[in-house]
Amino acid sequence: MFGLKADWSLEVFERYFTIGDYAGGEARWCPGCGDHAVLSAAQRVLRDEQQKPELSVCVSGIGCSSRMPHYLGTYGFHGLHGRALPLACGVKSRRPDLDVWVATGDGDCFSIGTAHWIHALRYNMNMTLMVFDNAIYGLTKAQTSPTSPIGLKTNTHPFGAIIKPHNPLTVTLGVTNVSFVAQVVDWSPPLLYETLRAAYRHRGTGFVRIIQRCPVYAEKVSKELQADPSRFLLLEHEQGVRVDPGVQHQFPERLEHDPSNLVRAFELCADQSRIPIGLIYHNPDAPCYEDMSSQGIEMTSNERLKRFDALLDRITI
Amino acid sequence: MSRATTSPQEPGAQGETDTEAVADVQCIGEHIVEIVSDSGEGAQKAGQTFGTVSARMGNGVWTVEIIPAEIQPPARSPAGASGIRIRLASHYVTNMGDEADTVVAFNEQVLYSRVATGAYKKGTVVLLEDKWREDPVPEIRAQYAKAVMEFRENGLIVHELPIENACREIMSNPRRGKNMFVLGMLCHLYSRDIRKAKDEIATTFKRKKADVIALNHELFDAGLAFATEHLKTRYEIPPQPPEETEGKRFIVTNGNQAVGLGVMASGMELVSMYPITPATSASHYLAEVFQEVGGFVHQAEDEIAAVGFAIGSSFAGKTACTITSGPGLALKTEMLALAVMAEVPLVLVVVQRGGPSTGLPTKVEQGDLLACLYGEPGDAPKVVIAAATIQECLHFVIMARRLADAFRTPVILLSDANLATGVQPYLRPEPSPDWLAPPVDQSEWDRSVPPYDWDPETGLSPRPIPGMPGGQYILTGLAHTNQSKVAYDSDSNQLGCSMRSRKLAALASTLNPPVVHGDVEGDLLLVSWGSTLGAIEEAVDRAQAQGHRVSSLHLRFLSPMEPGLKEIFARFGKVMTVEINYSDDPDAPLITDETRRYAQLAWLLRAHTLMDIDCWSAVYGHPLQPGMIHNVILERLTAMGKTVDDGGNA
Repeated sequence: MFGLKADWSLEVFERYFTIGDYAGGEARWCPGCGDHAVLSAAQRVLRDEQQKPELSVCVSGIGCSSRMPHYLGTYGFHGLHGRALPLACGVKSRRPDLDVWVATGDGDCFSIGTAHWIHALRYNMNMTLMVFDNAIYGLTKAQTSPTSPIGLKTNTHPFGAIIKPHNPLTVTLGVTNVSFVAQVVDWSPPLLYETLRAAYRHRGTGFVRIIQRCPVYAEKVSKELQADPSRFLLLEHEQGVRVDPGVQHQFPERLEHDPSNLVRAFELCADQSRIPIGLIYHNPDAPCYEDMSSQGIEMTSNERLKRFDALLDRITI
Repeated sequence: MSRATTSPQEPGAQGETDTEAVADVQCIGEHIVEIVSDSGEGAQKAGQTFGTVSARMGNGVWTVEIIPAEIQPPARSPAGASGIRIRLASHYVTNMGDEADTVVAFNEQVLYSRVATGAYKKGTVVLLEDKWREDPVPEIRAQYAKAVMEFRENGLIVHELPIENACREIMSNPRRGKNMFVLGMLCHLYSRDIRKAKDEIATTFKRKKADVIALNHELFDAGLAFATEHLKTRYEIPPQPPEETEGKRFIVTNGNQAVGLGVMASGMELVSMYPITPATSASHYLAEVFQEVGGFVHQAEDEIAAVGFAIGSSFAGKTACTITSGPGLALKTEMLALAVMAEVPLVLVVVQRGGPSTGLPTKVEQGDLLACLYGEPGDAPKVVIAAATIQECLHFVIMARRLADAFRTPVILLSDANLATGVQPYLRPEPSPDWLAPPVDQSEWDRSVPPYDWDPETGLSPRPIPGMPGGQYILTGLAHTNQSKVAYDSDSNQLGCSMRSRKLAALASTLNPPVVHGDVEGDLLLVSWGSTLGAIEEAVDRAQAQGHRVSSLHLRFLSPMEPGLKEIFARFGKVMTVEINYSDDPDAPLITDETRRYAQLAWLLRAHTLMDIDCWSAVYGHPLQPGMIHNVILERLTAMGKTVDDGGNA
């Protein structure tokens, strides 16, 4: 379609991709950082889906999590703070054949990139959107993030964060045309993998908030969560993500939840007593913006030229 | 323009022109006509139609809209003046000219602001709606009487005419239809081709029902008849010499439409924008027609997202365009730096308006030059070019796309509110396959070639495009090696910066020196850029005709600069830029050689040539006019002791 050489487009002998085909530079995240788990899960999804690495692009903003493209073997775009989504949407706009992943964080997406988060959900372009939420600014060394719990001591709030944290899930669910909302924790690799795979397979923006450990600057936050699995509510449904017995064992509090039920999804996310994990909301039929923005991509140069000439005729005096 | 689909039969129509014999027909070389009104009275539509008819008759034409800053300013307020100026001539026209010769005014108050900007002269004929004389509100009657008296005292020749009354015989709400009536009046006054005018009206209303077209034709005819009855003078403005027009095809657009046409001609498939005055109409035009050539206008959530979206598309192999004005340019700065740093092609069109901050949204200024060159923290070399004419607004987009791809860089194309709103006929482009971007290359990338395989001579490098097997790399705005690996070491950063800078030197080496308008040596050289070309050359021609040794030089490339400037400048006694941006008046309080802040091109040229380049600039919010520049020339020459005896005709 885009001038592929015959030997590639024919695929006479199947190329088989291993995890190594999705590996880039060596990950430089801190030991114990939850980002390593996300990277491995994403690489496994790519391998299991046999996604051609050259047709995959990982776009990111700025922050610890936004280093992810450097550690993948796909194309990558390490952009600007808060601006991963406009860049990613632009990549997809005239190249719907490209598989797009977005790596962003709580500061990147829920603070400086807020406008783009809201509007990208509305565009609902087909991409996998991973928000690594560790409730802290890590790369700039321990400033309060929009999801830092009240009282968390940071360098910008040394006496403790002074306002209540943002609830990104209720905001996300409130956006028109939102199509896939899930939440996971980095310390449940099987659930993380299954959720990312479901987001990858979903046609539209697969929004996955990943509650993620920062052992260096916000250890307290994740330690408390890890110590008390009853804080979580594992969502299960035949239309949800696959949950294996190990995950059920890890999260004993479980709830049957139909992900097509937006009102119930909102209630679950607004309820501060439990943290829902799994697939919260899913609408497989929401329109995707690239179906409109890519109109005309099949037009040949000759055709374009001919039509432009005809257009000029109309304004020729 | 496309032919009218309906062709109403005129009873008793004979021939193509209104040939009714009137004794007093004056043949003239050019005239400037204005229609001024409250907002929403259709003056602009009437004026554009008048301009297009004149263009179709072979005249040189420039029209420019008079735009109030508010959508619905209060009626009958001087600040609410809305309307249009049409300059039509027997020669090619490059600018809006000086004072108007004929003005049609729908009320007397709107004339005040035009008088204040010096739009009129002694002897300007004003055809004034007279219904205010009998207005039920005593205050309005008094205002009207006072204004008419003042205008006459100031030398305007005011004809009070019952325009609305005459329209009321045709329609109950003449406010909505008198523009076509006035068009009829002007077509009589300037001996326009009636058939062409009616065709043009039909084209203007082609989306409306047939009865709407018929009503407008009726109003037009009534205007013709009214003018025949009330106006004793008629003018004839012959077409341009046949060699200027014969065998050539023309299109009539404003500069923003020209930008839209350029986008399509360049093969770009995406314009990503956020609404901002005066840039937006380029996107309006594209939004109407872009899909016909397989393109798409993305209206982003903000200016940053607009440029980010375009950069994303460019990264993926489809070089895209974003169009904005000053405040939007400021917001795009960080993204622009990213495109420079990561060497992503991008076309950024900046339609300049008055600044700083929200400034003068609808008015012209050339105040964004230095922001385009130096707006980003750090060193961010990029190509900056400026269109001098409406036609160049079209062709420079094509050039910008090609430069962006060839040099792997953002290219800024500067336009301004003057070009954006000016309308004129110019040569129809004949599209060429060379203008289009080639299809996205998806062949296998040679893995031994790094993603930034800089040629040390030129800084140029081929670019891997997502989809190319083996080309996988991570684009980053961080300092990076030629492998696009993040690198904080000193050598990598120094090398990256020099390679990006080298590209400008490589481009400069391909440019020709600019051509001097007039003699290549003399007393005074005016240097300019952007939309001021026509007005400046006209002023220089006048001064030359008076025997002054003055020439002008117009720059299209601002980064890199065209070569040979120092040599050109050295042959003139004095070199000064003429610009529409702020500079300190050398005679103002506290201003010395040390404290004086120069106009933007003057700063650049002083640094570029180490020569004492002077400047004249102003930020009145309106386009430069030949008369104004002519005065500047004479003042400077007088100050230099260079005068000629021109017999007092200056």
